Amino acid sequence: MSTDNPVSQYAVRLADDALILGHRLSEWCSRGPFLEEDLALSNVALDYIGRARMFYGYAAELSGDDRSEDDFAFLRDCRDFGNLLIHELPRGDFAFTMARQYLVDVHSVAFMTDLQSSTDATLAAIAGKAVKESNYHLRRSRDWMLRLGGGTEESHRRLQHAVDELWGFTPEMFEMDELEKSLAGQGVAVDVSRLQPAWDTEVRATLAAANMSIPEEDWQVSGGRQGKHTEWLGHLLSDLQFMQRAYPGLEW
Amino acid sequence: MRIPLQPVEQLEREQRRRNSEVPELWTTLDRVMDPELPVISIWELGVLQNVELRGQTVVVTITPTYSGCPAMHTIAEDIQAALEQAGYPHREVITQLAPAWTSNWIGPAAQEKLRQYGIAPPQNADSGGVISCPHCGSEQVQAISEFGSTACKALYKCRDCAEPFDYFKSF
Repeated sequence: MSTDNPVSQYAVRLADDALILGHRLSEWCSRGPFLEEDLALSNVALDYIGRARMFYGYAAELSGDDRSEDDFAFLRDCRDFGNLLIHELPRGDFAFTMARQYLVDVHSVAFMTDLQSSTDATLAAIAGKAVKESNYHLRRSRDWMLRLGGGTEESHRRLQHAVDELWGFTPEMFEMDELEKSLAGQGVAVDVSRLQPAWDTEVRATLAAANMSIPEEDWQVSGGRQGKHTEWLGHLLSDLQFMQRAYPGLEW
Repeated sequence: MRIPLQPVEQLEREQRRRNSEVPELWTTLDRVMDPELPVISIWELGVLQNVELRGQTVVVTITPTYSGCPAMHTIAEDIQAALEQAGYPHREVITQLAPAWTSNWIGPAAQEKLRQYGIAPPQNADSGGVISCPHCGSEQVQAISEFGSTACKALYKCRDCAEPFDYFKSF
């Protein structure tokens, strides 16, 4: 199930990013390390799922058929999802979840700031809401980087492990394919390749402040935007989509 | 003395209400309260953006506070119910994203209602606002969590009276 309209395709990618990460965060609900953190993770999850709904809703509107946001979220399979791989990795331990959140938050703030000046008024309006939320998320995820990095021997070790595991998934956040290049040329999409230097500077500064060493190993993976995913996405979708697959057309 | 500056979107919202040809519809919707903060109406919260009569249909425009706020669905249902009760059979609720909602649209009277309900109202740090305990008024307060029971609130604790309280985030 796809759509021919390029802006709709772009909106679906952004929605997929938000839905998949939102789902990963929602897995913490009732499993947080303590009550306040449980609430925080669930709140952030909710922001992402709300963001996904806005992007899917717009994609559905542009697709020009009778599909709804639910069709995009619940009735597509792995290869149709265009999310960046970093969002689908299993939640891991708390250090892994927070390290991913931090790396993604720094990117999101810059991305949504830029998307606010998109020539597409709806994308710009969604970004206007999302950027405020991401700024709020970043305040907390950066704080956790410092607390875990400067905490106990164990928290430091777990955070370093998370950063090492995640590092190779970050370059994908700055890749542009033909669709995005063409849309960026029209002022619709964000040129993410231009966001990398500032992201790099900020992330390296935080890692240094958190006593983390920058991973030296040089590897990177990508393919999410083209529907080439890790094995983890299928498992996630089997959970996320279960109700609609088992009871087609189910409504609350 | 500090003269509070109205955000321009807020000014426009108030003008739409003041110049409306259907003031009775606005009054009807004053009965729709936020489901999580039942002391303030959706007008006072800044969610209600416009009410118009297009032909036979009442068209209500609302804007979400947070992207994923589950209360938006309930609010839309409550609007439908209030209008139905007031005798308007044809209704439509539209969600509008821009201008993005901000807690700056909550006016002084509504802030006071929140305080009396036990929720510290939003404080804009840029304009020198200080968070104070809604129970004893002390400014010796401490953040416990950036996130609370709903997306719009954070958890605080008063160092003087030791009571925990919700703070409506400045957003």
